[in-house]
Amino acid sequence: MKHLSRIYLILIFGILYIPILTLILFSFNAENSTAVFSGFSFRWYIELFNSPDTFEALRNTLILAVLSALISTVIGTAAAEGIYRMRSKLMKSAISSVTNIPMMNPDIVTGMSMMLFFVAVFGILGLSGDSMGFVTMLIAHVTFCLPYVILSVLPRINELGNSLSEAALDLGCTPIQAFFKVKLPNIMPGVISGMVMAFTMSLDDFVISYFVVGSSSFQTLPLLIYSMTKKKVTPDMYALSTLVVVTIFILLVISNLKSGKRVGDKRKGGVKK
Amino acid sequence: MKKKHSIMRSIAAAPHVFWSILFIILPLIIVVYYAFTDSEGSFSFENILSLADYAPIFALSLELSVIATFICLIIGYPMAYIIAKAKPERQKLYIMLLMLPMWTNLLIRTYSIMAILDDGGFLNSLLNTSLHIVGTKGAVIFGMVYDFLPYMVLPIYTCVSKIDKNMWEAASDLGCKPVQVMTRVILPLSTSGIISGVTMVLVPSISTFYISQKLGGGTFELIGDTIERQFVTGALNTGAAISLVMMILILISLSVMNRFTDSDEGGIIV
Repeated sequence: MKHLSRIYLILIFGILYIPILTLILFSFNAENSTAVFSGFSFRWYIELFNSPDTFEALRNTLILAVLSALISTVIGTAAAEGIYRMRSKLMKSAISSVTNIPMMNPDIVTGMSMMLFFVAVFGILGLSGDSMGFVTMLIAHVTFCLPYVILSVLPRINELGNSLSEAALDLGCTPIQAFFKVKLPNIMPGVISGMVMAFTMSLDDFVISYFVVGSSSFQTLPLLIYSMTKKKVTPDMYALSTLVVVTIFILLVISNLKSGKRVGDKRKGGVKK
Repeated sequence: MKKKHSIMRSIAAAPHVFWSILFIILPLIIVVYYAFTDSEGSFSFENILSLADYAPIFALSLELSVIATFICLIIGYPMAYIIAKAKPERQKLYIMLLMLPMWTNLLIRTYSIMAILDDGGFLNSLLNTSLHIVGTKGAVIFGMVYDFLPYMVLPIYTCVSKIDKNMWEAASDLGCKPVQVMTRVILPLSTSGIISGVTMVLVPSISTFYISQKLGGGTFELIGDTIERQFVTGALNTGAAISLVMMILILISLSVMNRFTDSDEGGIIV
């Protein structure tokens, strides 16, 4: 039984990883082919690094992801605190159902609805589609990141309860001090994980960005990859993807080692006692 | 006075409420507006009535995504179960292995499958064959399963790993055979994980357009492709009407599915 389940896992993981490994292999191909491997070279990496488009897209993606993570974390954390304090059950559930709409809806519908909204607003303001782009994408990204932040902060606030903040208020804190000095440090893990989630969601998004970018030339990595895969693909797209995969892999390993260390420390502490 | 006080209590939620009204509710109202007007802006039922033409596309999307979801469940449940029963250090490794493809952009994953399965692709050149895979329904289903399998495994894993270890013992002490422990105790306890897994696979598969564009080889169209085409060609009113219907169908089926779970655990994965 043990062997059987191990074989099963290896098989499925194998299938999951074959495309990614092939992609990495062909990014080092000497020839312009994604089917026949004819020799090892860094040619496509060099070509990639010489293309200004890639760097601009990378920069845009990072700026967009950082800003949307920050904005959605601030609005979302405040919202979670506000929702927690709400007395009316009806109001609470109304707000959380509206918040969850972008999470439940298919991306393509969210993208379509925001695009139509921006077209209407830009029409009223008399602006052309060229001025869409960064701002519309930022608004859209914050909107679909918000539910993830709220869903990761709200349970923490519920768990913490009210007694600590009440104690702080009794000891002379203003409500704002009580929140920043007492509550926020206690809910920090939830805030951080919400922010990380928002960052990765924004980094990864293609469909919604594709719809709201309008006719502007603003480009993010997923949009660049999409336009690259529309034509006949050369292995430089593979080189770009390999770099993305390797970065994600390193980030995952670091975050795993960190949390593994924490577990190890706890165990050590236990032995000492 | 008292009323003012109660509003002040939750003033922190105000920016979010404002944001949601402006950027979630208002856009949806605009979708409804576009769906019921023609390109000149006057009221018309034409877009909604023309949807009948798209019924076969809706049906095909539903067929492919339901099959893909089912395959994900069949493959994913045992996987989640095996991972949940593994040693803690191994569990971490497996989850990490599962997250890496999930965090890799969908476009990249789909494209690399296409490059492997294509007529002149890696698989055919490796085996020296001329299998025709891209452009079949099977290829699209394979792409959906491949792309969304982790979304099925993770919520089920979260759910199964939370089940009290004593449940297994208690069930077998009370006379359950191993198969019965599975069907009568573990499966029912992991319903909420299954439902969120099914949702997380079904919704993106039914609305995809990239997978069908690449792996369908342009031979057939799914509903996502239809919406995307309306968007590209500027037929926004029809696009809005299709989006509206799709949204209503999905929200209805989600709320029906949520009826079956009383908890919201496992709904969100990290």
